[in-house]
Amino acid sequence: MDKSLSSRPEFSPAAFFDERFGVTARDLDRVLGRAMARQADYADLYFEYRTNDQVHLEEGLVKHASVSTANGVGARVLAEDKTGYAFTDDVTIKNLDSAVRTANVIASDRGSELPARVPAPAGPRHDLYPVPHSFADVPLERKIGLLQDLDRFARKADPRVKGVFASLLLENKVVLIASSQGWVLGDLQPLVRCNIRCIVEADGKRQAGYFGWGGRMTLDDCTDTERCEAHAREAVRRALVNLEAAAAPAGPMDVVLGPGWPGILLHEAIGHGLEADFNRRKTSAFAGRIGERVATELCTVVDDGTIPSRRGSLNVDDEGTPTRRTVLIEDGILRGYMHDRLNAALLGMELTGNGRRESYAHVPMPRMTNTFMLAGEENPEDIIRSVKDGLYAVSFGGGQVDITSGKFVFSANEAYRIEDGRITHPVRDATLIGNGPDVLTRVSRVGTDLALDDGIGTCGKDGQGVPVGVGLPTIRVDQIVVGGTSVRGAGSFQG
Amino acid sequence: MERLPVDLELAAGLLARAREKGASQGDVTVAEHEGAQVKVRLGKVETVSQAHETRLGLRLFFGKSSAATSTSDLSRASLDRLLEETCAMARATAKDEFGGLPEPGELATEVPDLDLLDREAREMPVERCLDAAREAEEHALQHDSRITNSEGAEFGTSFNRIIHANSEGFAGEYATSGFRVSVAPVATSNGSMERDHWYSAARHHDGLDAPEAVGREAGRRVIRRLGARKVRTREVPVVFDAAVAGTLVRHVAQAVSGYALYQRASFLCDRLGQRVGSDLVRIADDGTIPRALGSRPFDGEGVDVRRKDVVESGVLQSYLLDAYSARKLGGKSTGNATRGAGQASGVAPMNLYLTPGEHGLGDIIGSVEDGFYVTELMGFGVNLVTGDYSRGAAGVWIEKGELAYPVSELTIAGNLNDMLTQIEMVGNDLRPQSPVASPTVKISRMTVAGD
Repeated sequence: MDKSLSSRPEFSPAAFFDERFGVTARDLDRVLGRAMARQADYADLYFEYRTNDQVHLEEGLVKHASVSTANGVGARVLAEDKTGYAFTDDVTIKNLDSAVRTANVIASDRGSELPARVPAPAGPRHDLYPVPHSFADVPLERKIGLLQDLDRFARKADPRVKGVFASLLLENKVVLIASSQGWVLGDLQPLVRCNIRCIVEADGKRQAGYFGWGGRMTLDDCTDTERCEAHAREAVRRALVNLEAAAAPAGPMDVVLGPGWPGILLHEAIGHGLEADFNRRKTSAFAGRIGERVATELCTVVDDGTIPSRRGSLNVDDEGTPTRRTVLIEDGILRGYMHDRLNAALLGMELTGNGRRESYAHVPMPRMTNTFMLAGEENPEDIIRSVKDGLYAVSFGGGQVDITSGKFVFSANEAYRIEDGRITHPVRDATLIGNGPDVLTRVSRVGTDLALDDGIGTCGKDGQGVPVGVGLPTIRVDQIVVGGTSVRGAGSFQG
Repeated sequence: MERLPVDLELAAGLLARAREKGASQGDVTVAEHEGAQVKVRLGKVETVSQAHETRLGLRLFFGKSSAATSTSDLSRASLDRLLEETCAMARATAKDEFGGLPEPGELATEVPDLDLLDREAREMPVERCLDAAREAEEHALQHDSRITNSEGAEFGTSFNRIIHANSEGFAGEYATSGFRVSVAPVATSNGSMERDHWYSAARHHDGLDAPEAVGREAGRRVIRRLGARKVRTREVPVVFDAAVAGTLVRHVAQAVSGYALYQRASFLCDRLGQRVGSDLVRIADDGTIPRALGSRPFDGEGVDVRRKDVVESGVLQSYLLDAYSARKLGGKSTGNATRGAGQASGVAPMNLYLTPGEHGLGDIIGSVEDGFYVTELMGFGVNLVTGDYSRGAAGVWIEKGELAYPVSELTIAGNLNDMLTQIEMVGNDLRPQSPVASPTVKISRMTVAGD
């Protein structure tokens, strides 16, 4: 068996799992042989060992710390368009045999009408997050110190800060994927997330402000003192801005989206609709539209799993395929979908490294990695100046899409009115709603200031959450519905 | 590595060893889960999957400082490591005067049989699951010729076993089962494509709606969406269909969670005993309803889950508390701890329902001259600190007391404080197929944004 292992010379996932579970390369061969019984087209085993360390601070104290450990294996068998899946967290040869037997029930003796064969993964082996295997072994005292710093920075920033909640999450995931095509791949996937939320109170009003950051890196890589102070101050600033916010307007208006996290627009409006499963089943509003214009020519949108240290990046996807940059929309024309093995095979298309799953307990499916729009040529300030009566939205909560109808929403939690080309006052939380295939045809200006988000995105689909990234330059979208409470008269808006 | 047998003895053994290492208090939860799920699409098998997992959670107190750990590796060596690690972490965290297990008097003294287990859940053959899913999808597809496609139909069963023991002498276990059938048909007309779904869920197989009925309802709902338009932005009465009105009850639950309250992150801070909604707002939480989806004999800390009024005739009567948040707020645990194996401390409702009123859906629609009947909500635009509410919505427009035409790509916005006060009709159609549920609700005025 060809063993392509993690790039860390001191750490081998294959040896790691052999030692943990006593499952050797020969065992894998034999079990996968059984998985291919009858007319199965493909089978794989996904071994996972994961630790999640969390430390929380509130009221100035780290009152609580927790660690959780998960290990298990998922066995998958594909035959035609059918998937058999079984998983167990009690990894023994006996349970592996039983899992593949269960997964194999979908294979039939009759033979495949449509063999789901795709080639073995090929392409460059990435090394996008070179951290030592022991990266998560940070002394608790160090983590407590960091959280106390964040707390101090936030309280120092403004006397109206009444509560500070900060947390650190370190995930250390080792995976090993063994396929019926005879290859075995391993990866070590670090993930760090830092959060700070504060509550401000003044004149009987309360608001919360949040800032989060992280990525596939060590804790030290993202928590130097200057950064921590800047991020704590940012959480406070966001809360204070909303304390002053007026009612948001209701109805269609021109909206300028700021750079970075507002890229969630792309994730919801077009990203999910370009995942191959919905397009194979023809239940996506984008089905059958490759080659058609779905955006203004200012828009080029990519999904790129290869950006070093990003939250949405992976060396290989959860089916062992190396990640890559996939152009989804080029100068406004729809170019391609995002694939996992099953859907690439059934559609006769190339693998794109988007086969992802939450854990060994989940079946892989097409998912995004880091999805963003390339920079344009306009000065961001000019874009704001171009709007007579509109909204400038710089920070968002979550979003959601109905892939079939194309309707999507995303909720602004820091936004301002633009009047006569000038930013005037902040407005309260408001949901924006639009139609995926339509919204990018309303993008009339694209700025030079492409930014990726700070490393906080988690995408949910069919009950599976996976870390993702988004990005956007400043853009102007003409006439999108803003869901505030303030119905505007014919004339000016009253706050 | 060999897995140890999962029983109360395992839990007691761990707690005894923790005490030897100096822990003053502790609890252990073990959650065992088995599940089977099938999915068919357009009559063909798409996925057959089976799950088996076990997780053990350990929480230890050293005086007033604590730590929690969990693992799915139940070998002796792993649990030894877990114990060491938990002790080391608990010694390093700060003292918290409100920490600790529930008071001994709060712990459940018996484990009532709430009829939560149907043994068929572990024995149902794959073929029968597939048949049920096929039947649901078939009836959805047959409902109307415009239903031309499907995201599939699923049928699933689950078995869960919970063991909980603590150092104050509580030890209990129970098992539950679950059955669920769902279908998501897709309809097309004049180039527009819509999807909707319907489901049924129950602890017992005989509590589940017939797959045929689930399929037909899914079909009815997706056809109703075809040809949707937008409407002009305005303020109108909004009727929340029972399928979405449960989300309003969910927001109340989040706002009366002890954690949100002591963190001052709720629009219902300092409102106990005050009016928070109209007289029609009556919300009760009850973990003891036989066979109900949110029932259990004790909560995540071993406290009994008695019925309590959360809101009675519009007045806030009770928060939802566990031992910790109760101490922080100066009250007693209400038996709403969610702490389980691998979950952080927190609270959640058990079965939380808005008490049904007297009106049929027809009465409620008939009372609206010009308004919005919301059947779907999208997005997360709810700020629980201020109550500000703004979500995407789709449904049917009401004109002169009749359902007139489907609408979509709209938002509804208001503030939860006002929305609860403006509930002016409550339906008689509570369908408790999820732990948090509500009948149809009419709110007298909200902002609808569209064209």
